[in-house]
Amino acid sequence: MMKPFPEVPMLSYDVVVIGGGPAGMASAIKAKELGLKVLLLDENDYLGGILPQCIHPGFGIHYFKEELTGPEFASRLAKRLVELGVEYRTSARVLEIRNYSDLEKFVLFTSPAGIYGVWAKAIIYAAGARERHAFEIGIVGDRVSGIYTAGEAQTLMDIYGVLPGKGIVIVGSGDVGLIMARRFSLEGAKVKAVIELMPYPGGLARNVMILRDFNIPLYLSHKVVEVRGKGRVERVKVVKVDKNLKEIPGSEFWIEADTLVISAGLVPAVKKLKKIGVEIDPATAGPVVNDRLETSVPGIFVAGNSLVINDLVDYVAEQGELAAEGAKEFIENSGTESRKWIKVERGENVRLVVPHYLSGERDVYLYLRVLKPMEDVELRIPEIGKRLKLLVVKPAEMIRLKLKAEEIRNAEKLTVEVTGA
Amino acid sequence: MRKTYRFTCIICPLGCSVEVEVEDGKVLEVRGHTCPRGKEWAVQEVISPKRVVMTVIPVENGALPTVSVKTSEPVPKEKIPELMRFLAGIKVKAPVNIGDVVAEWNGVKIVATRGA
Repeated sequence: MMKPFPEVPMLSYDVVVIGGGPAGMASAIKAKELGLKVLLLDENDYLGGILPQCIHPGFGIHYFKEELTGPEFASRLAKRLVELGVEYRTSARVLEIRNYSDLEKFVLFTSPAGIYGVWAKAIIYAAGARERHAFEIGIVGDRVSGIYTAGEAQTLMDIYGVLPGKGIVIVGSGDVGLIMARRFSLEGAKVKAVIELMPYPGGLARNVMILRDFNIPLYLSHKVVEVRGKGRVERVKVVKVDKNLKEIPGSEFWIEADTLVISAGLVPAVKKLKKIGVEIDPATAGPVVNDRLETSVPGIFVAGNSLVINDLVDYVAEQGELAAEGAKEFIENSGTESRKWIKVERGENVRLVVPHYLSGERDVYLYLRVLKPMEDVELRIPEIGKRLKLLVVKPAEMIRLKLKAEEIRNAEKLTVEVTGA
Repeated sequence: MRKTYRFTCIICPLGCSVEVEVEDGKVLEVRGHTCPRGKEWAVQEVISPKRVVMTVIPVENGALPTVSVKTSEPVPKEKIPELMRFLAGIKVKAPVNIGDVVAEWNGVKIVATRGA
């Protein structure tokens, strides 16, 4: 085998976990418990991913059976990680992943101690997601300071204690934007408006309530199209859209603000996986996976927001554990056994569903989102006669459905649909 | 005077649309809820809504410049601005452990949720 980077010190592990957020920590813990030699890498200088800056409660109700804040959730996992003696490195930035063969993976990373290469039999990729920025949602205008993504504003406020502005317009009514609306308001900034493109709010109901708590106007079916200011944001232009999301001429108005916060959704951060040929599902923007969360490149597993954008950290940690079980099985069997996979397909009103392929050998959770909000519906998988009544479905709220191995074992494929009952 | 309050219930993911009809501070009727917890929550929302409050406070000599804190119990909504003014005056020194009570306000404990 070719030896890359002869001058770089080499390490060797069973499995390398990339990303030290909830998915990565949960998978590293599980991998260690399963007896694997594991190394966890995170590019930040502390573990936890985005959790340490999510200081509001609402985490852990399923995973720890109690309600925690983000930093508390992260510290529980970090504590367990340290207790088990899982090796980890922070400020460790992965430059490259290479896939030489099924059991020969290579990861190159930089760290304060220098540059290293790691050989591993499997990789669990849990590097989270990135935020959509202003240019991606068509906002034009002056190049001014005072434009932040919601996550950047959150890091500034809730890690560094710096209020990003005094008069704030938030683009997008997803959870992060709404949670930041509360934090800005609590700290004395004026949130002038939340602007939402869709005709319904993007966040969980408990977060939409924040708007009423702080008398924040929500503009549904509106978009921010332009930012103006000299050096700093001074005003933003808002326009109404019709039901096809097209701008309505003459509906423009300006809001004075010194800060624009973009909360326009997350995209799985999978560039390094694409580079090694991992197949991506356009619906999730994350990898196509089987029921061990293994990607199309054998031995490369994925969990958390790199797999699919989740709304609950509990599911993220659950995916991390599953990926670790997959890695263990992969290493033990020296690869994935070839088998006939049961393909999971999107039916009516289903925007995305993971995993994409099931073995039928194990119970599995399907994670799915609908295209549009509906009431009194049925989730159906006609091939196996599965029917589940749901009172309300919303794109903002991920649906998690458990399927038993014996239910799906004999199916050729599964079509998941959410339709009127 | 009769007034109707409308909420989306946040007790569970169903998100029921609940209506509470109130006259002179008394609840006359609750509609739209599908469970007793939702009814209780909606009445509480009308009579005296409460929230857990979270913020960050500066920490000296910590790994990060702040520690995050929360109230140990939900506090009445109308008291939140007063509480925030109180919290704005607090500073702590490292070490701080998760669960440490860093201050107390009207009998409500202010608890560290991030160590330093």
